[in-house]
Amino acid sequence: MALKIKHLLGLEGVEKKDLELILNTAKSFKEVIERPVKKVPPLRGVTVVNLFYEPSTRTRLSFELAEKRLSADTLNFSAKGSSVAKGESLKDTVRNIEALKIDMIVIRHSSVGAPHYLTKFASSTVINAGDGAHEHPTQALLDMYSIMERRGKIKGLRVVIVGDILHSRVARSNIWGLKTLGASVAICGPTTLLPYEVEKMGVDVYHNLDEALDGADVVNVLRLQRERQQAGLLPSLREYTTLFGITRDRLKFLNSNYTIMHPGPINRGVEITSEVADSESSIILEQVTNGVAVRMSVLYLLRGGEEAKS
Amino acid sequence: MSELKIIAGGRVIDPASKLDKTADIYIENGKIKKIETQKTLSAKEIDDLEPEDIYNAKGKIVSPGLVDMHVHLREPGREGDETIMSGSEAAAAGGFTTICCMPNTTPAIDNQETIKFVLHQAEQCPINVYPIAAITKGRMGKELAEIGELVNAGAVGLSDDGSPVNSAEIMLKAFKYARMFTIPIIEHAEDLSLTADGVMNEGFISTRLGMKGVPSVSEEIMVARDILLAQYTGGKLHFAHISTAGAVELIRQAKKFKVDITAEVTPHHISLFDEMIAEDFNPNLKMSPPLRSKDNARALIKGLVEGTIDCIASDHAPHSPESKDVEFDLAPNGIIGLETSLGICITNLVKKKHLNWAGLINVMSTRPAEILGLQAGMLKKGFPADITVIDPNKKWVVDPDQFRSKSRNSPYIGQTLTGKAVCTIVSGKAVYLED
Repeated sequence: MALKIKHLLGLEGVEKKDLELILNTAKSFKEVIERPVKKVPPLRGVTVVNLFYEPSTRTRLSFELAEKRLSADTLNFSAKGSSVAKGESLKDTVRNIEALKIDMIVIRHSSVGAPHYLTKFASSTVINAGDGAHEHPTQALLDMYSIMERRGKIKGLRVVIVGDILHSRVARSNIWGLKTLGASVAICGPTTLLPYEVEKMGVDVYHNLDEALDGADVVNVLRLQRERQQAGLLPSLREYTTLFGITRDRLKFLNSNYTIMHPGPINRGVEITSEVADSESSIILEQVTNGVAVRMSVLYLLRGGEEAKS
Repeated sequence: MSELKIIAGGRVIDPASKLDKTADIYIENGKIKKIETQKTLSAKEIDDLEPEDIYNAKGKIVSPGLVDMHVHLREPGREGDETIMSGSEAAAAGGFTTICCMPNTTPAIDNQETIKFVLHQAEQCPINVYPIAAITKGRMGKELAEIGELVNAGAVGLSDDGSPVNSAEIMLKAFKYARMFTIPIIEHAEDLSLTADGVMNEGFISTRLGMKGVPSVSEEIMVARDILLAQYTGGKLHFAHISTAGAVELIRQAKKFKVDITAEVTPHHISLFDEMIAEDFNPNLKMSPPLRSKDNARALIKGLVEGTIDCIASDHAPHSPESKDVEFDLAPNGIIGLETSLGICITNLVKKKHLNWAGLINVMSTRPAEILGLQAGMLKKGFPADITVIDPNKKWVVDPDQFRSKSRNSPYIGQTLTGKAVCTIVSGKAVYLED
């Protein structure tokens, strides 16, 4: 079986079969990265460029490691701010990089649709590593993989995403992916941080954390950017923590067997307490490990790889 | 350019005089000499006349020359994107005999000298170009421009278009002051505090895409404010590019109270929708105000049909290909429209039976001329022979290689439209002619 998608631009509209193929294939790669020799040859001779127009530590490291463990050659390009500010357009930059004879581009960009724009003129395979507040598909895939690993399934689970949905590409990709795989998704956050008509995405919307957590299986806690207070979207971080912070006390409303997730980096004491983040129920560090396996799976499958026979 | 003497055998429609009949229009010295509806020329008589004197309009619609009261010609300042000449040629090809250019140039059209410059450039142009002058100095919204002098120099309207007049105090003074000259204030209705960094309509589509939204209320709050200010001062108010159902409703209510207001809508706001942005993030779908939802577009059409919205204006906004070939949020706002406006309106309004031909000509010629008090928009003895001949059924594909405009930023490229201007006549001269 091969992927139907040619690029990974987002999870909206990606078929269940493709999602399952990526998650299943990631299992084999998870096994690879736990070996003493953590490298396999399928992308030998393939050149991947990590084009990062926004600062990123974990996503870039995770992609780079995934590429190296598949034996790809990697190039890293980081630019601060927009391409326009730099005086060269994104199109020109990408065309120049492609002239170096490369095969795949992993792009992180503050502009929504930048990865989609690349596919209009570039000949490389494009992977979206986050475009504005739009999508961050590999993050959602690693989140789903981590849920699957911990809970054995996704279908039928109740997943609550808590926090700044408005600015979150992680939330959007998770909502699309989880719904395709049959989870029930709820979101919870202050009204000023939820986008317009978000319920039309097929999620239950809450502004009261206790109600949102009632009966939930998984809680995915989003990072709260401190700038949101300066932008007037929140009266204070203190009030946010009081209303939406995940503390041990709040968790009594969850199903007895619950799972805590966070895409990182954590603002300890703001959106989640250390006690919860570091608890047995938390799979925050597993998410990081799984990120490499899932990205290996995506890179491998987009290069035409078939499901591994393990 | 040939000097025509007779436009023969067409279906002549003049909303001002309620004429809709097969007729021959006789032209002398650039003016309409007579409109003959009784003894029209026979096919043989037409054949016998000198071919360069006559335009055989059989099977065509003959309309008063179309008027676009809202275009950006970029001169002075951005002559690479458009000039008064190239914009005029685009207008002629689109069937327009009169266009009014907005003052957001560099420098802004906020002083007599720049008005004179625009009018000087316009003299060479195939069609009539009238300048709209800034309401405030430098379009900064701080101090009134020398409105009296601007009117004397030839300004036909006042607008800070591209920006609203933020301060209610300045706007109030502008209404009061402009009243002395019976010149309309044309408002770009946008509350900037509500649209900051917004790149598309706020709605479910912006939610899906994670793009910063421009809420409908940002337009409506300004429409409401200006209606109240116009009512309070007795000023004359025209709204540029209305885009929301709520704004239409506010204008509808205000007109019931006889406030002196008029409004325009663009061809793109009635034919394109925000959901199209999700297809491929085409920067040519980015403009201000943004494309709204289908429901809003329906409300705009309804407003136009019932007369709440008075006219159509293209908001022709040329931008270089380089500036538009970027990430969606980094692209400048605006699209060109002069060469597609008529085809889009025929395709979406006449062919879909929202408006009949007289209704379309009313909103594309008669009403805009009335709003600005121009000697245009009518087929009348003694009036300049500004006439547009339309082939009502011609199917054509929007091809950027055919554009007279210097810019190519049209989202309609590749689309098939029905209906086209085939002959544009200004003061009796055919300034655009198709076979």
